[in-house]
Amino acid sequence: MNLKISALDYVQEVQNGNISAEDFTAATLERIHSIDEKLHAFLSINDNAVNQAREIDKKIKSGQKVGSCFGMPISIKDNMCIKNSKTTCASKMLENFVAPYDATVISKLKEEDAIFIGKANMDEFAMGLTTEFSAFGPSKNPWNVDCIPGGSSGGSAVSVSAFECVASLGSDTGGSVRNPASFCSAVGYKPTYGLISRYGLISYANSIEQIGPVTRTVKDTAFLLNIIAGLDPNDNTTVDNKNEDYLTGIDSGVDGKKIGIIKEMMTEGTDPAVISATKDAVSKLESLGATCEEISLDMVKYSVAAYYTITATEAGSNLARYDNLRYGYDFPVEGYEFNSYIQKARKNFGSEVTRRMIIGGFVPSAGHAGKYFLKALKVKSKLRKEINEAFKKYDLLIAPTVPILPFKIGEKIDDPVALFLVDINTVTANLTGKPAISVPFAISNGLPIGIQLLADSMDDKLLLQAAHALEQTVQLPEVPI
Amino acid sequence: MTKIGLEIHCQLTNLESKLFCSCKANYRQFEINENICPVCMGLPGSLPRLNQEAVKKATMIAMALNCSTPEKIAFFRKNYFYPDLPKNFQITQLNIYGDTSVGGSGSIVVGNKEIRITRIQLEEDPGRLIYEGSSSKNQITLVDYNRAGTPLVEIVTEPDFENPKQVREFLNILSDLLENLGVSDPGLEGAMRADANVSIDGGKKVEVKNIGSFHDLEKAVHFELTRQESLHSREIEIAQETRHWDDKRKITISSRSKEEALDYRYFLEGDIPWVTVDPAIQEKLKSEMPESISSKKERYVSKYNIPNQVADVLSSDKFYSDLFENSHTESNAKEIANIITTDLMGLVDTREKRESSKITANHLRDLADSIQTGKISRNSAKNALHEIVKTGKELSQVISDLDLGNVSDESELITIIKDVISEEPQAVEQAKSNSQTINYLVGKVMQKTKGKADPQLTLNLLKKQIE
Ligand SMILES: [Zn+2]
Repeated sequence: MNLKISALDYVQEVQNGNISAEDFTAATLERIHSIDEKLHAFLSINDNAVNQAREIDKKIKSGQKVGSCFGMPISIKDNMCIKNSKTTCASKMLENFVAPYDATVISKLKEEDAIFIGKANMDEFAMGLTTEFSAFGPSKNPWNVDCIPGGSSGGSAVSVSAFECVASLGSDTGGSVRNPASFCSAVGYKPTYGLISRYGLISYANSIEQIGPVTRTVKDTAFLLNIIAGLDPNDNTTVDNKNEDYLTGIDSGVDGKKIGIIKEMMTEGTDPAVISATKDAVSKLESLGATCEEISLDMVKYSVAAYYTITATEAGSNLARYDNLRYGYDFPVEGYEFNSYIQKARKNFGSEVTRRMIIGGFVPSAGHAGKYFLKALKVKSKLRKEINEAFKKYDLLIAPTVPILPFKIGEKIDDPVALFLVDINTVTANLTGKPAISVPFAISNGLPIGIQLLADSMDDKLLLQAAHALEQTVQLPEVPI
Repeated sequence: MTKIGLEIHCQLTNLESKLFCSCKANYRQFEINENICPVCMGLPGSLPRLNQEAVKKATMIAMALNCSTPEKIAFFRKNYFYPDLPKNFQITQLNIYGDTSVGGSGSIVVGNKEIRITRIQLEEDPGRLIYEGSSSKNQITLVDYNRAGTPLVEIVTEPDFENPKQVREFLNILSDLLENLGVSDPGLEGAMRADANVSIDGGKKVEVKNIGSFHDLEKAVHFELTRQESLHSREIEIAQETRHWDDKRKITISSRSKEEALDYRYFLEGDIPWVTVDPAIQEKLKSEMPESISSKKERYVSKYNIPNQVADVLSSDKFYSDLFENSHTESNAKEIANIITTDLMGLVDTREKRESSKITANHLRDLADSIQTGKISRNSAKNALHEIVKTGKELSQVISDLDLGNVSDESELITIIKDVISEEPQAVEQAKSNSQTINYLVGKVMQKTKGKADPQLTLNLLKKQIE
């Protein structure tokens, strides 16, 4: 059984009768069982997957209507609720939380007969960019298991890249889909804010985060987007995409498009291999008829500081409900007064979550808000203005997804500021609500490099067309695992 | 000078669903923790879904209290830990970054005094705490989340009240107004709660929290004023503090633990986009608003010539004014107003009696028409009303059951009159010389007919018989 096929190829093969959903799912599970001990992409596996695949095969054989996923095995980041299954956020606090309802993206995928093969590892509550902050141990980069796979959707990117599933859903608050996709050589996409419902996604920083697919190809991303995008009455922040079909016209290319190269995202600290890959990508796009020129987004300099201030504030509030009374109850209340109990209970959070909660308690507090939180909001609105100006002149923007290559596990774990700075190229899309995508583009010393494209709000279709064009210009080696 | 300011929390009890989910706003009919869902329980991953109807109703309240209404409203998070708060933050509104709550400043006239409204905001009610166990040592706290997420409107006034009487008058006007708008039933247990801040000349401001009804609010203010004045007269300093209303003992008690200055870390609730309430929407809302109490009153007086005082009583109570609106015609309006204010109000003077009463607008219309056509006397109408309220039977049925119909047959009445004349020769003689005394004879006839004779007809026939 060849597991190394794209989502669209999978659909084709099942429709043609060349493979059955059951065989494919069984083979996928077998691969997970044989390699995931090494990679740790999964936090839990769906024991019922083969039975579900068999039911879908039955539907296909009897000529009943079958959903467009035809039993495709998909991994889901463990911060999205699937009814009656554990949703842990890779946290001790939610270790035993069984969701009583489906996230909107999950119900939509269920309707299309996708199979959720397992829940993917992540940084605790999606805070981190290495997966090292998972309370259940880090995921490993399949290109080099000594290296971090990126994060926070590390498990999603690893599972797709190592053929442990056909596609995955991650979530992207400051690069959490694009960063691991870049580090694992997968496609990672963060849509326009509001394009995909967040209902059932456990909030970290709700005003800027989005669910996004991690796939092998840009077309696969468009395929999944067709299923999961659109207005949702359960999420008031969703926008109407008028049932856009993101696959039709995906071959439109970039001829005549104007592309801005973001200067502030290619500073001295950027790895030379990353710089040269980006230059290569620019010249490939130019050869396809696009015009590229350098532009400056001055506010990018402050974006990481603003990002951490805003996300910490929202996290402090979003995670306040995990007070050990309702979740993670693991020691009795007797002998405690309410506040002292909560204080002790919250030691259940890992170090990174604790750090951000403490920041989140401080930066918006009376007497400090003006200096931190309100200032961060100002940066956010200025950055938005700047990028909107840029999109008046340019159809797309380009930059490396991450300025550096995947690094060794443990290398930066004790240096939070150094880790924060790795986010410099990805947070802008979140702070401004713009869509962005990371396309696998190069391998340097056996480690992947991704190129990031950004588009204006609701220009997601254009973004996918350009990403597809860029993707077609390179042939990359297969993951060595 | 005495200064009293109020913070009133009013549940929008008449809405179908909670503020951010489709659980019922009227949670009172449920078993404990039965009226809940992932959203109002604040389960991981759930998102608030704004009830647009609640925004409309809250805006109507703001307009009725003459408040400014911003074109764009927003929601904020108020962050604090408390067991009754499922998310450990409350979604509410805030005006410190510009007016973005449903209502800005406004005012309402109470008696001759203008009371300024500071703001009106829409927010979610927390759950309800239930304490069990007798001593404080083995007391346990249980939480019922049925109430969590119920739409709550907070009305904040400036410290413009000078005495408890003004507070009471304001509360009367406010409950009538809320009831008339159809947004809330102030009589429901827990539907109206309040905090008050009270200070007297030379004293510090004292906040009284936890007042569970309008009735108690007036009492609490009265108690607190008396307490402060008594301290003042003994030259004891009045400390700035927070006190709690003890609704069993009806006194205010100093909050034992010092209320820390909580930092709520307010920030914009990103899960709820800004809501536009532009002038066009506001106009539409205005047109959908029920007629105001004052306009009703004016109409009753000018159109139907109903006396001022009767119109006042009738218009301010939604139960009665609805009955009136649905039953009256141009010709019977005065009669119906009369029946309601002189007879019905006495019969259903408590909430329980009102709720169990079987009277409908149709009954009232029938009653008034029957009085006006002489089918039934006013006196009998009163008895019939009593029976209708109890049983809900048709008026015709009640008349025949209780034999209340007027003696309309003239010959029958003349026979009775002749009997009276022969029994009362002295009175007849008197009546001949002094027409005033004829009423005595009318009374005798009424006695014999058990009040079923038409008094006017009886008088006319009597006069003829005597002459
Ligand atoms: Zn609910």
